[in-house]
Amino acid sequence: MIYSFLLLIILLLGASAYFLGTARAVAVSQQTGGMRSLHSLPSHYGALTALGCVLPALIIYALWQIAEPMILTSMIKGNLPAEMLKLSANEFGLVLNDIRNMVAGNTLSGTGNPAVMAAAEQYISLQTSAGRIVSMVILVTMCVSAATIYSRIDIHLRARNIVEGLIKIAIIACSAVAIFTTIGIVLSVLFEAIRFFKIIPLQDFILGLTWSPQTAIRADQVGSSGAFGAVPIFVGTTLIALIAMAVAIPIGLLSAIYLSEYAHPKFRATAKPLMEILAGIPTVVYGFFAALTVAPFIRDLGMSVHLDVSSESALAAGLVMGIMIIPFVSSLSEDVLHAVPQSLRDGSLALGATQFETVKNVVVPAALPGIVGGILLAVSRAIGETMIVVMAAGLSANLTFNPLETVTTVTVQIVTLLVGDQEFDSPKTLAAFALGLVLFFFTLCLNIIAIRVVQKYREQYE
Amino acid sequence: MNNSKQTVDKAAEKKKPMKPFSVHMNKDLQRRYRAEKWFQRSGIAAIVIALSFLLVLFASIIGSGYTAFRQTFVELDVHFNQDLFKNENIAAADYPAMIKDSLRRTFPEVKERRELKSLYMIVSPGAAFSLQDMIKENPRLIGTQQKVWVPANDDVDMLVKGQMKASEAEDNRRIKDDQLAWIEKLEKDGRLETRFNTTFFTSGDSREPELAGIWGAVKGSFYSLLITFLLSFPIGVAAAVYLEEFAPKNFWTDLIEVNINNLAAVPSIIFGLLGLAIFINFWGLPRSTPLVGGLVLTLMTLPVIIIAGRASLKSVPPSIREAALGIGASKMQMVTHHVLPLAMPGMLTGAIIGMARALGDTAPLLMIGMVAFIVDIPGGFTDAATALPVQIYLWADSAERAFTEKTSAAIIILLVFLICMNAAAVILRKKFETKW
Repeated sequence: MIYSFLLLIILLLGASAYFLGTARAVAVSQQTGGMRSLHSLPSHYGALTALGCVLPALIIYALWQIAEPMILTSMIKGNLPAEMLKLSANEFGLVLNDIRNMVAGNTLSGTGNPAVMAAAEQYISLQTSAGRIVSMVILVTMCVSAATIYSRIDIHLRARNIVEGLIKIAIIACSAVAIFTTIGIVLSVLFEAIRFFKIIPLQDFILGLTWSPQTAIRADQVGSSGAFGAVPIFVGTTLIALIAMAVAIPIGLLSAIYLSEYAHPKFRATAKPLMEILAGIPTVVYGFFAALTVAPFIRDLGMSVHLDVSSESALAAGLVMGIMIIPFVSSLSEDVLHAVPQSLRDGSLALGATQFETVKNVVVPAALPGIVGGILLAVSRAIGETMIVVMAAGLSANLTFNPLETVTTVTVQIVTLLVGDQEFDSPKTLAAFALGLVLFFFTLCLNIIAIRVVQKYREQYE
Repeated sequence: MNNSKQTVDKAAEKKKPMKPFSVHMNKDLQRRYRAEKWFQRSGIAAIVIALSFLLVLFASIIGSGYTAFRQTFVELDVHFNQDLFKNENIAAADYPAMIKDSLRRTFPEVKERRELKSLYMIVSPGAAFSLQDMIKENPRLIGTQQKVWVPANDDVDMLVKGQMKASEAEDNRRIKDDQLAWIEKLEKDGRLETRFNTTFFTSGDSREPELAGIWGAVKGSFYSLLITFLLSFPIGVAAAVYLEEFAPKNFWTDLIEVNINNLAAVPSIIFGLLGLAIFINFWGLPRSTPLVGGLVLTLMTLPVIIIAGRASLKSVPPSIREAALGIGASKMQMVTHHVLPLAMPGMLTGAIIGMARALGDTAPLLMIGMVAFIVDIPGGFTDAATALPVQIYLWADSAERAFTEKTSAAIIILLVFLICMNAAAVILRKKFETKW
């Protein structure tokens, strides 16, 4: 069973290659006038030998891990009975799935079809023998490449440059992960969304006024034709975000101004971290708080003045979301207020303005672009926030601007459409990706504008 | 700012002895000072409101959750009847029958079928398992009579803790009048007591609130975060080093920067969609596992770690770089030997904060199917699992009243973890912070 310990063996061989390479470099240098004649440090030669030993092995290993199922499946296909090969692509996929399940040791779905069992056994035996071959290939490659480098170690080999070049390639690849993540997001959302728009036309989705994603399972079923007009969802999202901002902007901005312009340093040192605790609390906790405490409180309050408040009102979700966003607004605006040069304040105060007048007429106008950028970031946060609305807002897509009624949001719909087991071709599931595309695109625009504005503003005073 | 404050104070002091130039001027000044005071007060009010929200939040969570750490137990005289152990397999004996038998002997006056059924409801269905464990541990108990403390049903638990009022109308409570009488009798005989709830910390999820625990979810979170840390910290540090120390200023590095800044603000649910479409549907990784959860959280945490890492690298003064280069270090040696060790505490702080965010995040895990009802404790990266915040979400959705206190208790545990992580970050920052 070399195969299962392969990674460990590769690492061990790599480590020994390092020591061999280092020792070889020292030995070579001794023959030609000491350590100073070496181009690089001995450890660089060691690292080069180790990399040369490990890298090809890891590449072969990774390629095999990816290719193994494909190659083995095509090999066992030839031995399956003829009638199975005639099955449609979907059914054949099921058979292959059965085989794979049996290989993995889950015999639940294996109903004892002898052909499937035989294929599974063959798969396992192929897997073992192929594993042996691959491990031999890997070991041989490691030895050959390490030996090649080992034999070429001399005082002129530019080991440091090669090793550093390799490390640089690795860290460039690491920073490219960000680009790949974005590409991954765009591709994964876009492809499913395009499939959705092939079934439901784009204008029906963007302009339709009814949303009821329950599609009929049978063609003759009544009452669930499936309507995918997203306007009520967009309205609901806007409503909740508006309520949240109505709570967060005044409180966040006023506390930021107080903390940066008035507060005693000691007061600031305690109040600021306390405010930031609000940002560190997981959103699922806010959601529970909204559903358990705030929503019933608002409903009872409404009852006492004879108002009919839904138990999943937009007001409760928006209010709690606003609390969550306060620290974003306050800490972003405080940073911005801090960046306003003291000379502007001094000038205003010297002209006899009170501090309030200085803040109102000088500091805030000077900081306005930054504050707006911070608020845009907070809006993007509010739109994308999921758990609070999933737990405290409703599911029914009402087209209303009344904060006392139940509305639903983009994120709530994505969660309800995708949680649970569905087939992956129904418009119901694909609709979630279409909503995801809208959400990503919208927050992307907000973020880019906000980040631009904040950066521009910073440069202004630097 | 202190200067400006003093200026105002002095102006306020001088104002009193001075005689007004004119009545109009005086009024105007008063109005301006009123506005000043009003503005200051509204600033204080905003902070007070924000902090009182925090207070209410904590109070409501702790207030509804602290009771979950204690649980009600009932003492029964269980007779491990020899006849019930005829089967070779002692685990398959009819333990529920022993529980029922002992309940019948405790309350001999209960005879009718319907009444008996509600009598059995006093004890948790999990009581049979504790008998099973006892016998497994010590088979010699078979044939003897033992006093055993078994967990009470969640409704009894609620009643004992006072979260269900006996004074309510019978239709409004889940404990009926006859059950109430039995419970009172048990209490009078000293057969009812509350103990520290170890089940909550050691078991997985359950449909019965009194048997549900968070250990499965904690382990699921642990495995996910382990993957997240092992992947995102090295990659994040490497990316930060490249962007801050090596990258030329060109189109590609600009693109990377814009991407990182934007990814830090992308809603977390979008990362869940990415995980669902690419990791699960395209790569075919197993659904509901900490492996996929960890990968998704990695992508989410990476921007946070990179941004913190860059800030920390920026704070290392250029003189250190110049000195290293001056004595002949290569650029890579300068970074790895001098700049990185100095920037490491800041990077670790950023990483811990990123991990704390990942620990609390729920939405992406919902997308990749970590919301299943899973009783077993996960033993590895590819076992189906939930995570702590997802468990909170699942319990918050449950109808049983007893799950409300479990949810709050799980939230308390989650917050304790988060506070510890953030405290570690603060201590790290304080201890290794260098003022250049």
